[in-house]
Amino acid sequence: MFGWTGNILRVDLSNGTVKKEPLNLQDAKMYLGARGLATKIYMNEVDPNVDPLSAENKLIFMTGPLTGTFAASSGRYEVVTKAPLTGTIGASNSGGHFGPELKFAGFDGIIFEGKSEIPVYLYINDDKVELKSAEHLWGNNVFETTDEVLKETSMDARVACIGPAGEKGVLFATVMNDKHRAAGRSGLGAVMGSKKLKAIAVTGSNSVKVAKPKEFLESCIDARNKLKAHPVTSTGLPTYGTQILINILNESGALPTRNWRDGGYFEHAEETSGETLTEKYLVRNKGCFGCSIGCGRVTRIPEGKFKSFGEGPEYESGWSYGANCGVRDLAAISKANFICNELGVDPITMGCTIACAMELSERGILSKDEIGRTLKFGDAEAIVELTEMTGKREGFGDKLAQGSYRLAASFGYPELSMSVKRQEMPAYDGRGVQGMGLAYATSNRGGCHVRGYLTSPEILGVPQKLDPLVTTDKAQWLKIFQDLTAVVDSAGVCLFTTFALGLPEYSAMLRSALGWDIPDEEILKIGERIWNLERLFNIDAGFSKADDTLPPRLLEEPMPSGPAKGKVVELQEMLIEYYQVRGWDENGIPTDEKIEELSLR
Amino acid sequence: MISPDKCIGCRTCEVICSFSKIEAFNPKNSRVSVIAYDEAAISVPIMCMQCEEPSCMIVCPVSAIVKNKDGTVLIDENKCIGCKLCVSACPLGNITFNTGERKVVKCDLCGGDPYCAKFCPSEAIRFTEASPKNINRKMLIAEKFKELFGEVEE
Repeated sequence: MFGWTGNILRVDLSNGTVKKEPLNLQDAKMYLGARGLATKIYMNEVDPNVDPLSAENKLIFMTGPLTGTFAASSGRYEVVTKAPLTGTIGASNSGGHFGPELKFAGFDGIIFEGKSEIPVYLYINDDKVELKSAEHLWGNNVFETTDEVLKETSMDARVACIGPAGEKGVLFATVMNDKHRAAGRSGLGAVMGSKKLKAIAVTGSNSVKVAKPKEFLESCIDARNKLKAHPVTSTGLPTYGTQILINILNESGALPTRNWRDGGYFEHAEETSGETLTEKYLVRNKGCFGCSIGCGRVTRIPEGKFKSFGEGPEYESGWSYGANCGVRDLAAISKANFICNELGVDPITMGCTIACAMELSERGILSKDEIGRTLKFGDAEAIVELTEMTGKREGFGDKLAQGSYRLAASFGYPELSMSVKRQEMPAYDGRGVQGMGLAYATSNRGGCHVRGYLTSPEILGVPQKLDPLVTTDKAQWLKIFQDLTAVVDSAGVCLFTTFALGLPEYSAMLRSALGWDIPDEEILKIGERIWNLERLFNIDAGFSKADDTLPPRLLEEPMPSGPAKGKVVELQEMLIEYYQVRGWDENGIPTDEKIEELSLR
Repeated sequence: MISPDKCIGCRTCEVICSFSKIEAFNPKNSRVSVIAYDEAAISVPIMCMQCEEPSCMIVCPVSAIVKNKDGTVLIDENKCIGCKLCVSACPLGNITFNTGERKVVKCDLCGGDPYCAKFCPSEAIRFTEASPKNINRKMLIAEKFKELFGEVEE
């Protein structure tokens, strides 16, 4: 078989059985792999109204057909399940080396079902697959767990696991792999924890093959040359990491500040930027499997009360703990981010939830007694301390572990949670980047920037510059971005390659890998199919047009200063256009014609 | 030449190496391996260094290993009997035995234009002669020593 390995592993955690099954090729052709294929399998097998943390829920790890090949940045795999934070479809992908290793072991993916009585971990060594007790690992953090599992299995294995946050059902717990890489959003680690599945270790010695080796090599070389030639992927990301965006967004007046209360300009942004990180704390760059970009940061805070060592912070966590909490100390931001990796917590939701608590506290809604400490914007020690407490669900951390929406709502102020579908929005203020406002409102997993990254054209001018302050054409652009992103995610390559690559390059790699003979448009259609499939899941899970919205702050409070001064997100007009562009009815439901056109159901 | 200080640990070299030999992707079949040390924040690409006095060549009982005029140490697959003595003899651990294909695996410099060097995104692997002219490299290492042992006054 080419691209795919052709095998799926099914693990029933309730009775401890492991089965090897053939990949459904019909589904694979229609949904590619990773995000798309896992969602299709999930929807075939699970009721959308399932309780995410129950034994009836399933948890799927899935690679794409390009994962583990020479394709540009091909280290990705996707974790798919119903998300405990949002109740929507949950799909988070991650890089590192775990995904490719799963393919080298001979599997495209793993379906976990049921719930184990005792903590277990799965060890895959090619065809030899066994569940082992993880009782002695329960409670360990991500690094301790990874080291111990490597010792017990094979030193060249790759490990994905959860930390204490996943065990304790923190609603935004991550699945971590290769220690520092995260399938980060929507709380998929809590699902893994609910199943008492602590870790997966995999080592393999098989080959991944492609249909037309010479053509595939040529298409990969072409893609790699383009990545080397593009300023974002050849210079910007390698030199400063994703944190390069801090100053750029701040200058655009769209860096959300203090729980989005103070607009899009943070007066201390420079101190928290990628430039400062590189100058003060960067040890070296790190790349995921097969990656020519190497945006990963190995970071050391050499001294002081935040002395620490780890990877990151990325732009989103640099912002969530920085500008969004009003914190200017990059050492504290880095340390809080490292703790997220160790305990298995999503730093976006974590930082935003602390920011929300800071606003609740400053308004006198949350008392010092309830928190156990004073809490104001700008408190560097608080972000570190509260992250630790949340990952372990200690004290007030137990409340923070529910995310900002449930926290704010429990005090009667849900509007102070800067979230969509209960998931916190990342670091682009829609008032200053209108298309991102629409992207947040329509993302199939709630507040999220990596489903349709319109920041690329609106701020960075890639592939062409769009005016971030107007709504014109944003619906059309977003549809194309969302569909193409679904293709990229499902192929198993990194989204960051889209700065330099487009549909023709991905199509060329997929065609030669899979031996396909279909035009580019058909491949983009796969993306549209995946997008609509996810939408159908959410509709079946009870979501409607009313949920395609933004916090009132973005719709009603004009931006106080900067280039976007006076702006709110013009969501309604963009949303009506978006539904039309999508071929959905006025309530945002895919029409019968659209469903038929995409061969869904 | 290998510069671990530049390696980002992406293993692109492993992927392309296996592909250039077997037209499939399989790091276990790669002639180059990247060993990563997390805590020390360093990754080291390891491969055959084409020794001047190759132990593998000396120990081979059927003379399947030869050093060609370019200095590349090559295995003649037709002569190789798979005894694995070369695997044991290599002081650098850079000859391996692929249990799947039942073949000895060793770098042949891709006939003079090694893929690993060509596609290394960070220039951690370069294909150049290790001559005294490579002064920059010496200085780089000297810098490291300076950082390590130098007396810093501020």
